[in-house]
Amino acid sequence: MTIAVARDVDQAPATPLIEVRGLVKHFYAPGGRIVHAVEDVDLTIGRGRIVGLVGESGSGKTTVGRTLLRLIEPTGGRMSFDGTDVFALSAREMRQWRRRMQIIFQDPFSSLNPRLTIRAIIAEALDTRGYAKGRARLDRTVELLELVGLSADHASRYPHEFSGGQRQRIGIARALAVEPDFIVADEPVSALDVSIQAQVLNLMEDLRRRLGLTMLFISHDLSVIAYACDEIVVMYLGRVMERGSSRDVRIAPLHPYSQALIAAAPVPDPSRRRVHVPLGGDIPSPIAPPSGCVFRTRCPKALPACAETVPPLTDVGQGRFVACLRVGAGGVSL
Amino acid sequence: MTPAAAPSASSQPDVLPEGILLRVDGLKTHFGTGNRTAKAVDGVTFSLPRGRTVAVVGESGSGKSVTSLSIMGLIAPPGRIAGGRILHRDREGRVRDLARLTNADFRHIRGPEIAMIFQEPMTSLNPLMTVGEQIGEMIALHERISRGDLRRRVVELLKKVEIPAAESRADDYPHQMSGGMRQRAMIAMALACTPQLLIADEPTTALDVTIQAQILELMRRLQADMGMSMLFITHNLGVVAEIAHEVVVMYAGRVVEQAPAETLFGRPSHPYTRALLASTPDPDRDIAADGSRRPLAAIPGFVPSITNLPPGCAFAPRCPLAAQACRESPPELTTVAPGHVARCIRMEAA
Repeated sequence: MTIAVARDVDQAPATPLIEVRGLVKHFYAPGGRIVHAVEDVDLTIGRGRIVGLVGESGSGKTTVGRTLLRLIEPTGGRMSFDGTDVFALSAREMRQWRRRMQIIFQDPFSSLNPRLTIRAIIAEALDTRGYAKGRARLDRTVELLELVGLSADHASRYPHEFSGGQRQRIGIARALAVEPDFIVADEPVSALDVSIQAQVLNLMEDLRRRLGLTMLFISHDLSVIAYACDEIVVMYLGRVMERGSSRDVRIAPLHPYSQALIAAAPVPDPSRRRVHVPLGGDIPSPIAPPSGCVFRTRCPKALPACAETVPPLTDVGQGRFVACLRVGAGGVSL
Repeated sequence: MTPAAAPSASSQPDVLPEGILLRVDGLKTHFGTGNRTAKAVDGVTFSLPRGRTVAVVGESGSGKSVTSLSIMGLIAPPGRIAGGRILHRDREGRVRDLARLTNADFRHIRGPEIAMIFQEPMTSLNPLMTVGEQIGEMIALHERISRGDLRRRVVELLKKVEIPAAESRADDYPHQMSGGMRQRAMIAMALACTPQLLIADEPTTALDVTIQAQILELMRRLQADMGMSMLFITHNLGVVAEIAHEVVVMYAGRVVEQAPAETLFGRPSHPYTRALLASTPDPDRDIAADGSRRPLAAIPGFVPSITNLPPGCAFAPRCPLAAQACRESPPELTTVAPGHVARCIRMEAA
């Protein structure tokens, strides 16, 4: 498989495909307590771009992905998709829009119906909008399988006959069946072995280039995100801590949490072995998040002022945004 | 299988070179019988030096977990040890073949000699007992001790694994602890009888990366302080680089390479090890200064089924260097350099 080597050369077009403002999602725990899963998240994804959402468990990254597709309903905020306010659509209107937005799930074992052949699984997706019928439907199924590196022979088999990597390819083919503009990929390679993970990452990059897909790529694995995405959004306990180009965030993270996350990621090179633990303590409960900056309880640079107000995600120049009182204009440490 | 790869148990005396705590020698652990025999471990050989951390790395189906369960005597029917030896030196210096021990014998091995921790502490801890009771139970099983002393020992152990407010956390139930704290409690329990060898099977895989860093640091410190040996099972090469002195790479039930960590990452010999390293995303290597990136060197195909292994080298169908001879009979482990072995006849071709 050949893949374009030049990346980041295409400038973000004037109107981004996805614009999310002030996204909020609360769940309700027993006793009327509120789980603050997502708080005030802004997100912009340009056409043909891949934005990576990275964070640890409880950061709200999966909830953001599902809320954008309205697989779960948002508590608040707006989302413009190609100029339309998707959160304001009725359930019926939403069904039409879903064709344009699809999701790839983490677990290729539980996301495919074990009783259907691969042909039936893909046909089901094609049928949703009367996309193709009869002979055309079969041709399209084969075309989709070939697009993801499988063949026509595979169409009559069942999911259990495939390995994890092949199943993830089937999940991708199903998502592509309705020719979406936007795909949420929720930990698409996390359940795969490393040798298979590379195959799927290469396939996703190839598809993005050939089909001009726009993607939100969710992962806990920073090296996967840094490799696959143009931009990185770092989340912690429901909020965005930092946002910037993949290269900037990876090489020169500004937020203390991004710095810790990058320092904590193990690198396959013993000569670069870490000398100290970057971050102590545990992630607090989203039922009772800390006041002010949610990261302050674990932050090595926290000040008393950090408990007072929630630091806004601030433009510090050169396309970088940071939510930290200790980071000033130009990324200068305060 | 070639006879040389798996010497029969009776033909050799149970001897271990000085400085070696454990030697797995031609181990075969099979499940089922006849045509459907799953050869999960099929001729695994490696040594674990005293006071060192050896990481066993492999993808799913490589046999790494079954190897560790075989060492602990935890293989239940339809699984069985079908061949090979597991030579172990106990505290008294006595060398025994763990593959031939009875369950009753194992009671003196598990705990004081070899302890094990697993990936998901929630499923290995009893949800109905406090963490302190469970650690205490482990100690009381192996020695006579008063209640007061037992409590002191438990709190001491919890402090050793850096659980804050150890006195009160001893009375917590597992569900009251976070994933990281539960794994610390599991480690405390494993260390209760000061084992000579700690086997850790994917101990940080279920944890977030910042918590993983804490647990790895703790395990590294405990290993060094106690002079313990550690067998660390993982699929994550980054974690291997963080923790291991030596690395054993497994593929489809066999060891394909063993080397000191610096050698394995710096000068890998086996084509599978090389391919595994090349396919792991490393942004420093894969992304150039101008932001352009190279496609990942994915390994084509997939891991063969252990019920239907190819007759030759199991990696041959995916190997860029494979020759006809590779497909005919499985290669032997050969010495590349002192302390560095690999199972490949085409290493020179790279």
